[in-house]
Amino acid sequence: MSLTAKDVAEITRLLEESSFDELYLEMDGLKLSLRRGAAASLQPGATLVPPTAPPGPPATPSPSPPVLSPVAPAGAASAGAAPAAAAATPPTAPPADPNSVNVPAPLLGTFYRAPKPGAPPFVEIGAKVEADTIIGIIEVMKLMNTVRAGVRGVVTEILGRDGALVEYGETLMRVGKSD
Amino acid sequence: MQIRRILIANRGEIAARVIRTCRHLGIETVLAASEADRDSVPAGLANRTVCIGPPRPTDSYLKVGTLVQAALGVQADAIHPGYGFLSESPALARACEQQGITFIGPTATQIEAVGDKLRARAEAQAAGVPVVPGGAVESVDAAIALAGQIGTPVLVKAVGGGGGRGMKRVDRLEDLRHALELAASEAGAAFGDARVYLERFVTSGRHVEVQILGDGQGEVIHLGERDCSVQRRYQKVIEETPAPGLAEEFCAGLHAAAVRFARRLAYRGAGTVEFLVDVQRHQFYFLEMNARIQVEHPVTEAVTGVDLVAEQIAIAAGAGLRLAQSEVRRRGCAMECRVNAEDPSRDFQPSPGVVREVHWPAGPGVRVDTHIASGSRIPPFYDSLMAKIIVQGADRTSTLAKMQGVIGEARVSGVATNLAFHAAVLADPEFQAGGVDTGFLTRFLERNPLAPQAVVHG
Repeated sequence: MSLTAKDVAEITRLLEESSFDELYLEMDGLKLSLRRGAAASLQPGATLVPPTAPPGPPATPSPSPPVLSPVAPAGAASAGAAPAAAAATPPTAPPADPNSVNVPAPLLGTFYRAPKPGAPPFVEIGAKVEADTIIGIIEVMKLMNTVRAGVRGVVTEILGRDGALVEYGETLMRVGKSD
Repeated sequence: MQIRRILIANRGEIAARVIRTCRHLGIETVLAASEADRDSVPAGLANRTVCIGPPRPTDSYLKVGTLVQAALGVQADAIHPGYGFLSESPALARACEQQGITFIGPTATQIEAVGDKLRARAEAQAAGVPVVPGGAVESVDAAIALAGQIGTPVLVKAVGGGGGRGMKRVDRLEDLRHALELAASEAGAAFGDARVYLERFVTSGRHVEVQILGDGQGEVIHLGERDCSVQRRYQKVIEETPAPGLAEEFCAGLHAAAVRFARRLAYRGAGTVEFLVDVQRHQFYFLEMNARIQVEHPVTEAVTGVDLVAEQIAIAAGAGLRLAQSEVRRRGCAMECRVNAEDPSRDFQPSPGVVREVHWPAGPGVRVDTHIASGSRIPPFYDSLMAKIIVQGADRTSTLAKMQGVIGEARVSGVATNLAFHAAVLADPEFQAGGVDTGFLTRFLERNPLAPQAVVHG
């Protein structure tokens, strides 16, 4: 018995609709832990951990089995990949409805929602955006790259967490299209 | 310092190979993959995969800032660069040094020292290691004078080149001017360094290289040589150890020269010193040093039992050399065939696509390093290496026989491969006799025109 990417997506949806913040599921061979991010929206990623994994990081020469503990900082957006199943899951979940468009990260780096620490975010849920509206910044080695919405509409969901690593192509926001 | 988590800044079989050693050591791995490699075999082996960019290497695997940012973002202690891509990039090594990330490889300064081929030549001379007659040229007239001294044919080589890139053979002095100009402009475009130098073209040469490990403090050991003379357009096809037919004292001289060279640099990590063995003159010359793990390293691992990637990691972690020279023992012979997705009958044109079914050989003394399973994609953006098949045996005859059996066992459908070509080379009397020079494959192809190869579908 193993979890498919589809199963994880379904469990994620159930958690999203519930009033809980965290979910741990242990089955034969697999451990699934889901956690809501700091933002109100749920992270699309999940971490699959085999139950045999020792708790701490292993010592270098130890003959212990490979450790598949989460390597992402808690709540980071993307999937910690155990063999194949989770690795195949792209960090871009399908948009909730056909009128919604994913705004992908144009490059890997640290995502910032505001122009500087403490400043109000570029956009919030409900904000109207044009294709050239700045929705965030991605920092790569001190170089700040402006991220634009690329589409006209209303921000319906914000998935990229402020200060977190985002991968290339990872969904930062969803925008409901308006014509 | 302990290394707990390594960012793998590479793809393909070497990514899988490095991840496997990390798993054996209990070290976590994060694979930095392009969009094309997200669902690859190494992605399945790593603890986590982060997507660093679009498929084209310049947009992903060659982006220093992105890789360093990825390492910082996933809190990796170290970066393993594999081979190719940024493995010999002083910029990546330096960025790691600045960001407090351990670069699993030599220092940026050492990479620069060996990356500049003229400087490497000078270092070799200073270490008492013979170099091919030749040298730097300031002008076309100086070049013609030098070429007159060393005799034609000569090679015009780019200072920033290596591995066969940026080289031109000149047979007549009157062609030298044109070749120099062409080589300089090509080198400027390809390596960002237009400097070129001259070397005597050795007509009958063998490519023999020595694997070394250095602790970065001046202690260096060698793990024997590899003969990589079976080459096509400077691309190695079959490698083996020991080098067939070379006297023990001759090889000992090679080993000692490699160690002297690496000691002079206080080299850190795994590296390879390449030599040209002049068969006619029975001499060897320093060619270049590769400051990284090499494709053919498993040949050395097969006869020594040393996991070179594990030693790279140990050295990077500050553990130094974990074995003394006297503890390095080499048993029997080993041989490697590089299986590429290419069509030998169409001038070895790459054959990207989806691998339908694959069966790799197995058995005692057989190792297959690969990232290709049934259903794997071979993207058109990268090299066509599918697998390295390595066999080990008591002597060359039994090793060669084993390789022939093993190559016959391998099955790949969906893309063209050079498996049949390997079988033909292994059966060739000249190769079977051993000790071929780098001109062997050209001669082989002239006497064995290749029949068009049918791609097995289904």
